[in-house]
Amino acid sequence: MRKHLNVIIAYAIMLGLIILVGIFQSWNVALSIFNMCLISAVMTMGANIQWGYAGLINFGLMGYAALGGLAAVLISVEPVQEAWVAGGFSILMSLWLIVAMVLAIRFVLKNFEKSKIRTYGIATIIIAGIIIIRVTSETSIEAIENVNPATTGFLGGLGLPIMFSWIVGAFFAAGLAFIVGKVALGLRADYLAIATLLISEIVIAIIKHEDWLTRGVKNVIGLDRPVPYEIELQTKEWFINLVAKFNSGKLDLISSITDKQSALNQLVIEGSAVFVKLCYSGLFLIVVIALLIVTQKALYSPWGRMMRAIRDNEEAANAMGKNVVKQHLLIFILGSAIVGIAGAMLVTQDGLFTPGSYQPMRYTFLIWVMVIVGGSGNNFGAILGGFAVWFLWIEAAPIALFLINLFTAGLADTHSLKIHLIESVPYFRYLMMGMGLLLIMRYRPKGILPEKIEIK
Amino acid sequence: MPALTYGSQLALGAIFVTLIYGILRFANFATGDMMAFGTMVTILFTWYFQSLGISLGVLPTALLAIPFAIVLTIGYMLLIDKFVFRYYRVSKSPPVQLAMVSIGVMFVTQAVVRIIIGPSDQRFFDGEKFIIKAGEFKEMTGLNEGLAIKSSQVLTIFVTIVLVSILFWFLNKTKTGKSMRAYSDNEDLALLSGIDPKRVVMITWIIAGILATIGGALYGLDKSFKPFTYFNNMLPIFAAAIVGGIGNPFGAFLGGYVIAFSEIFLTYAYKKFFMYVLPASMEPETLVQLLSTDYKFAVSFSILVIVLLYRPNGIFKGKVL
Repeated sequence: MRKHLNVIIAYAIMLGLIILVGIFQSWNVALSIFNMCLISAVMTMGANIQWGYAGLINFGLMGYAALGGLAAVLISVEPVQEAWVAGGFSILMSLWLIVAMVLAIRFVLKNFEKSKIRTYGIATIIIAGIIIIRVTSETSIEAIENVNPATTGFLGGLGLPIMFSWIVGAFFAAGLAFIVGKVALGLRADYLAIATLLISEIVIAIIKHEDWLTRGVKNVIGLDRPVPYEIELQTKEWFINLVAKFNSGKLDLISSITDKQSALNQLVIEGSAVFVKLCYSGLFLIVVIALLIVTQKALYSPWGRMMRAIRDNEEAANAMGKNVVKQHLLIFILGSAIVGIAGAMLVTQDGLFTPGSYQPMRYTFLIWVMVIVGGSGNNFGAILGGFAVWFLWIEAAPIALFLINLFTAGLADTHSLKIHLIESVPYFRYLMMGMGLLLIMRYRPKGILPEKIEIK
Repeated sequence: MPALTYGSQLALGAIFVTLIYGILRFANFATGDMMAFGTMVTILFTWYFQSLGISLGVLPTALLAIPFAIVLTIGYMLLIDKFVFRYYRVSKSPPVQLAMVSIGVMFVTQAVVRIIIGPSDQRFFDGEKFIIKAGEFKEMTGLNEGLAIKSSQVLTIFVTIVLVSILFWFLNKTKTGKSMRAYSDNEDLALLSGIDPKRVVMITWIIAGILATIGGALYGLDKSFKPFTYFNNMLPIFAAAIVGGIGNPFGAFLGGYVIAFSEIFLTYAYKKFFMYVLPASMEPETLVQLLSTDYKFAVSFSILVIVLLYRPNGIFKGKVL
């Protein structure tokens, strides 16, 4: 118990803060912060597996999160029949062509000795392949995008429940991670960071501009939900009774029946939003706890010990007969898959997929700040980092506003400096994040909850 | 012409990255935002001069503001170095940690820039816009295709050439430059031969400040200033630095042009070109692009990935720094 005291205290403070927001702002805000904290926590766990366990830098988190989101779209949206009729066949043909191209390259790689001719041959295959694919798919892509462009204009998905996408998103991300890992993992740490960052930008560019697949920047909205809709809830008998029961004390104070009814209606509307968010929280909590149990088990297993050994001294681990390259690839895939789950969860919660909103600042660097601040190598630390940093990220603006008002209290409200500062309040969050990161790195380089390895 | 201009802007940034990497030994993720900072100061000075009524006639007022901005930017960088990077340098932290720290600096710089000048677009170009307008060119040469040369483009190329020549002269010929190269080659040996590391680091930041301010200001003059684009520009800059072989300023210089030209060649619409080459009956209907312009960034990144795979040391191998 004593050993875990700092963990318990840290989490208690965190929960207390969220509850404070609930009391002073509203429960709706508090719960949406809490949900985003949970999603961030999943992402940080993914990053923590890569960085904390194995010391791999992955600045491409954004790409995997976006792929998870794409999975949510492809799984849950109803298929668009006209689009399939218009261009489905040649799209499938193009996919086959890509597969054929990859196989051809593999064939050349396997059967010919390494030489200049081989390199040029491969280059020719790739260029010819791209041109052929463009020619075959161009007309059908146009046809697909012309099918009712205001609402669909893309192939649609499979029409399955969106929850499946959490798993599929993990597989998508894992697939990308496999390719990236094969290509880039041999690089030195800082090259790896840059390469993954750039690859994630490529992924985003593709998602943004291949309209036939993702609707691109036109966004996909109105994804179906795993939880009930607010509007439907408000008409359900049992829900109204539940709300009435919860607030019976308040309602009893109101004497007139019409007032009581309108108060109850108001409460039902508020309550339905809170209830939906609570459902999400429940779902997300299940994911977080399941992942936490698995990752903790992994950390203390022989496999986890081996990963730490590889992290701390690659050559020694290699000399002991551990396959460093294979393990690096494995952990890269695992971590990315978890980030993919988080991406799918995020889209599920928002109910919309907006490729334009994926920015490295928000989806890569912020997650890294979470991992570093929370404590890399320690799952509890990483989750706490996710909570604390996201909380600050949201609440930075009110805090900054308060501080500005405090320090410029002597100035008139019309003073230009004060107006300017208040206008730029949203950007103080960057300042806070940066300062936080710098201070933590300087004075507590292992994070709030440092890595602790106990031999059991 | 746009490719040359864009290449020059990238090249300045890439040399900045390379210098920091070669001498201070970390990948500086705050590059784009440091450039944004330099540009912001330039803009503020430009506004100040404009309010005083000072201008350079045909040339943009910003040219006058740049020297002042350089001084301030250098001050900012030295300040950051003193309070942030020095601790890690002295305690010899691994480069990865320094890169993380530079992310912190990135956040802070971004905040500072946005708080001071706001996130929106700023245009601060004044003076004559075009040297040769498309219409005039047609009249002059009698060709029926226009060619416009913006004065900011000529300015960019000219300034870049001058600046880079001075820089290479400095690195190769002067004693300080040589000591910097020695320090980058082998830190301990350089210490033994009596090179003062503090001085080397300081001069590196000074050069970095000059490069960041001028590179940023030129980009802002040519297009427009927006903190977010500067952050995004960091990526092609990194690509240029690595393609050229990180730690090698000359490689970085060329890398900038390699990236810029390949971006433009691969996404250029060849329709016009084919219209002149082919007879009218074979005229292409579409734009005949190899890739749509949306993939501009993706092109440079793919080049980078290919280079990393086959020549991790960059295209232009050779002596580092």
